[in-house]
Amino acid sequence: MSDRLSVLKTYKLYVGGKFPRSESGRVYEVTDCKGTWLANAPLASRKDARDAVVAARKAFGGWSGATAYNRGQILYRIAEMLEGRREQFIAEVADAEGLSKAKATAQVDAAIDRWVWYAGWSDKVAQITGGANPVAGPYFNLSSPEPTGVVAVLAPQDSSFLGLVSVIAPAVVTGNTVVVVTSEKSPLPALSLAEVLATSDLPGGVVNILSGRTAEIAAPLAAHQDVNALDLAGADAGLAKELETAAADNLKRVLRPEPADWSADPGTGRLLSFLETKTVWHPMGV
Amino acid sequence: MTSAFEYAPAPESRAVVDIAPSYGLFIDGEFAEGSDGKVFKTVSPANEEVLSEVAQASADDVDRAVKAARKAFEKWSALPGAERAKYLFRIARIIQERSRELAVLESLDNGKPIRESRDADLPLVAAHFFYYAGWADKLDHAGYGPHPRPLGVAGQVIPWNFPLLMLAWKIAPALATGNTVVLKPAETTPLSALFFADICRQAGLPKGVVNILTGDGSTGAALVAHPDINKVAFTGSTEVGKAIARTVAGTDKKVTLELGGKAANIVFDDAPIDQAVEGIVNGIFFNQGHVCCAGSRLLVQESVQDELLDALKRRMQTLRVGDPLDKNTDIGAINSAEQLARITALADAGEAEGAERWAPACELPGSGYWFAPTLFTGVTQAHRIAREEIFGPVLSVLTFRTPEEAVAKANNTPYGLSAGIWTEKGSRILWMANKLRAGVIWSNTFNKFDPTSPFGGYKESGYGREGGRHGLEAYLNV
Amino acid sequence: MPNTVPAYGKEAAGRLASMADVTADDGALRRFLHGLPGVDAVGLQARAATLGTRSIKTTAKAYAIDLAISMIDLTTLEGADTPGKVRALCAKGVHPDPTDRTVPKVAAICVYPDMVATAKEALSGSGIHVASVATAFPAGRAALPVKLADTRDAVAAGADEIDMVIDRGAFLCGRYMEVFEEIKAVKEACARPDGSAAHLKVIFETGELETYDNVRRVSWLAMLAGADFIKTSTGKVAVNATPPVTLLMLEAVRDFHAATGVQVGVKPAGGIRTTKDAVKYLVMVNETLGEPWLTADWFRFGASSLLNDLLMQRQKLSTGRYSGPDYVTVD
Repeated sequence: MSDRLSVLKTYKLYVGGKFPRSESGRVYEVTDCKGTWLANAPLASRKDARDAVVAARKAFGGWSGATAYNRGQILYRIAEMLEGRREQFIAEVADAEGLSKAKATAQVDAAIDRWVWYAGWSDKVAQITGGANPVAGPYFNLSSPEPTGVVAVLAPQDSSFLGLVSVIAPAVVTGNTVVVVTSEKSPLPALSLAEVLATSDLPGGVVNILSGRTAEIAAPLAAHQDVNALDLAGADAGLAKELETAAADNLKRVLRPEPADWSADPGTGRLLSFLETKTVWHPMGV
Repeated sequence: MTSAFEYAPAPESRAVVDIAPSYGLFIDGEFAEGSDGKVFKTVSPANEEVLSEVAQASADDVDRAVKAARKAFEKWSALPGAERAKYLFRIARIIQERSRELAVLESLDNGKPIRESRDADLPLVAAHFFYYAGWADKLDHAGYGPHPRPLGVAGQVIPWNFPLLMLAWKIAPALATGNTVVLKPAETTPLSALFFADICRQAGLPKGVVNILTGDGSTGAALVAHPDINKVAFTGSTEVGKAIARTVAGTDKKVTLELGGKAANIVFDDAPIDQAVEGIVNGIFFNQGHVCCAGSRLLVQESVQDELLDALKRRMQTLRVGDPLDKNTDIGAINSAEQLARITALADAGEAEGAERWAPACELPGSGYWFAPTLFTGVTQAHRIAREEIFGPVLSVLTFRTPEEAVAKANNTPYGLSAGIWTEKGSRILWMANKLRAGVIWSNTFNKFDPTSPFGGYKESGYGREGGRHGLEAYLNV
Repeated sequence: MPNTVPAYGKEAAGRLASMADVTADDGALRRFLHGLPGVDAVGLQARAATLGTRSIKTTAKAYAIDLAISMIDLTTLEGADTPGKVRALCAKGVHPDPTDRTVPKVAAICVYPDMVATAKEALSGSGIHVASVATAFPAGRAALPVKLADTRDAVAAGADEIDMVIDRGAFLCGRYMEVFEEIKAVKEACARPDGSAAHLKVIFETGELETYDNVRRVSWLAMLAGADFIKTSTGKVAVNATPPVTLLMLEAVRDFHAATGVQVGVKPAGGIRTTKDAVKYLVMVNETLGEPWLTADWFRFGASSLLNDLLMQRQKLSTGRYSGPDYVTVD
């Protein structure tokens, strides 16, 4: 092996399809489970959160208006891109979570497969949640699901990659755009995922990724009047209560944290949590 | 419109309903006095006559009711779905049998015209129970996975605008799915819920499955905060909805909220004008405008504005305001002095902010709470009457030039409950329906309701859906 | 809105001239008719049904019953009609209830052209009009000269009113100008030598036009062509007058009046048999057009059996007990 000095990566945030540093100029030290330095990650501020919400809102119209087929193709493309960088993510996950290579591999493979699972949902979710309602009158009446809007997602703290994918994919596949706060202690797989998203035809702003102190970034997101929903997967009970209380100010939809086995069959619960049902009536007559 | 053809009074008989001078709380299958003996009066808003005196439930009463519901839950949830269904079918049938009595009662206590309580509220109440009755033994097939389970005890707080219908929206799905309930009717309209308690008795419903607590906001707050309820269902103001969302934060309580609205009713220049006028009238003057999904913002395309407003004003002149029990009344009484004050204040603000106010000449009764059907033109998005929910017979008229502008204005509100679209062009309807951020879109119609059709809002209009298969989810552990 | 002038009068023609641009040629007429607002069927039916829930009691009912009687075009249009039958009907029209002279007389007796002379004689001095169907009623399938001759014959025999049928075939295949010209020609044929003219009612046979959009278009077409009255039906097809169709025609009359100031009458015909039905129609007139139309000059019922039901209801109101068919006359 060579003695070549490796080139280190500067990890950045992912906002609006771009890779900015935190506007605060802050970083924090990320270590592996043994305390060895891995990298410096951006310590995002409330202003970064604000910028991310603006980007997510801007992307919402186009992404929610894209055809379901198109969204499915793009999610599948993410899986394709990840497959090509599989080794990189196995290494990052192993470092981040202190896993053996075999266990890290299982996590990454499951994460790639999860994108594929959700990609296929894009054009089926309306068929399992919507439908015609047989009203007692001369009216055509149809209910269909629509994305809730901008979702702030606190990624799980302990599953830096599989858990992360398991909360991003179900929100975006239906047309929501998201602002994701990474695992606080293990942000690197998430920040690397941004590089995959940026090369997968996913429009800028659909997924925005912030690393830093979960509680610090989550507070402005939970209070933000232009955020429509909150996934509290990565919040502990105390923080979750505080954020849910703040979220009441504009009646965000809140998905409370629950103990989760991210390797299990994800089911449809999360997929259906960030949908609104729209019901359209029209008379039938000549 | 004055005419030689003056309709003689056609009052529905009050004799079909027998209101007791006082009512207790309905807990564990029996009427009992409140623990601290406090009572309040409920009046007819049409003439301020005291109809009855009802108990003010205290926190202790809430606790007793929740305990009764908890006790009843074990057996009720274990009952085969088909048996629960039969109880609900019984209730639906008894409501049909007693519908005239209940319609008169509702008009007396609420002030709504008998034509509406008779032709809209009561048929929908019965239909709602009938619909959810049929679900009780089919939950495995409802699309929520095998064997979905009930949540437990539901605390339900309902508004005064459709007292019995909102009760049906809450109780029917809760019971069908195997939950038991503690329901608090609105302070100004407690009577039909108390009559419903009697229907539960006639139907032989097991004790404690349905508990009715009358009271004010403090009773509702105590119910929502009670640690042993598993589900909160609320219909009412966005302000209270937010307080409830804060109260339940950090708990396991499942919540559905049906809150306010400021719906746009959008009329294009190719609309079926006569039906659009009817839709506008029905959209804002139905139930005195005490409707969360009321079409309170008329967005009219500038190219048809004059023609439409002329037609609308002409139509408004034929609206008959008066005695809710007269079968020819179109607009009844405002539900309470408090609500009348709020409507009056907002209408005055509309005038003060420069909008032009118009109302047909109509004689309002001397006693009771009344507000003439009112139209504001020259309203902009910045006016309070274009942003705040008035919850009264007051229509704000705004204009637009293009479909994009109509969508932008319609969506420019923190609410998102409903919207209306009037155009004869099918592709435009579908485009608009897709763009509007609201839970119910009425195209070429307005204010239509059906037990099979999910109802509920986007954004600050609340979350969760009531009605249809979707309405089951709120009461199941899914 | 301009001042109101009756469609019967000479001034109406001048008012219509102001609309000449829309009837200048086939294309203009088509564009105009197709540019009228659409009709949402469900909404129209719902509005008619809601108006049908009005509860008309006591004094209002008494008023409505007498008004309805006075608006009846008491009709016999049978192949088996004879002078005797027509004379009996005329007698009934003059004194609908032989036991109660306070009952108003009907508006007109409606017969086939060959019975006009008989009816005219029987009604002499009564003030009741003779209305004659014409233009190859009820199908209207005859050449224009035949239809005009039919009309002139009835007018010459003394008809005060002509109930013509339109060519539904021409309307349904879009030959609007042909229908328009035919109505104008019949209107001219209604003229009498003394310069006066029989009033023209134009029957659409809405049961054959099927859609409400067609009813609104044909209403405007007929009014533009000079109809004094627009009438739903012949009474000879499966679907005759219905509340929604009549409501729509009332709305067309209202809009035409708003545009031109010309007052046109409306006549639902066929299938209106009960007092309850008749009162529903009067409620629609009241709440759509208002008082100026609440007279026999501007609203009629084409009916035969309706009169006896009105009379029985009238007896009930005045005596407090229910009447029976033996207490009204069968003619």
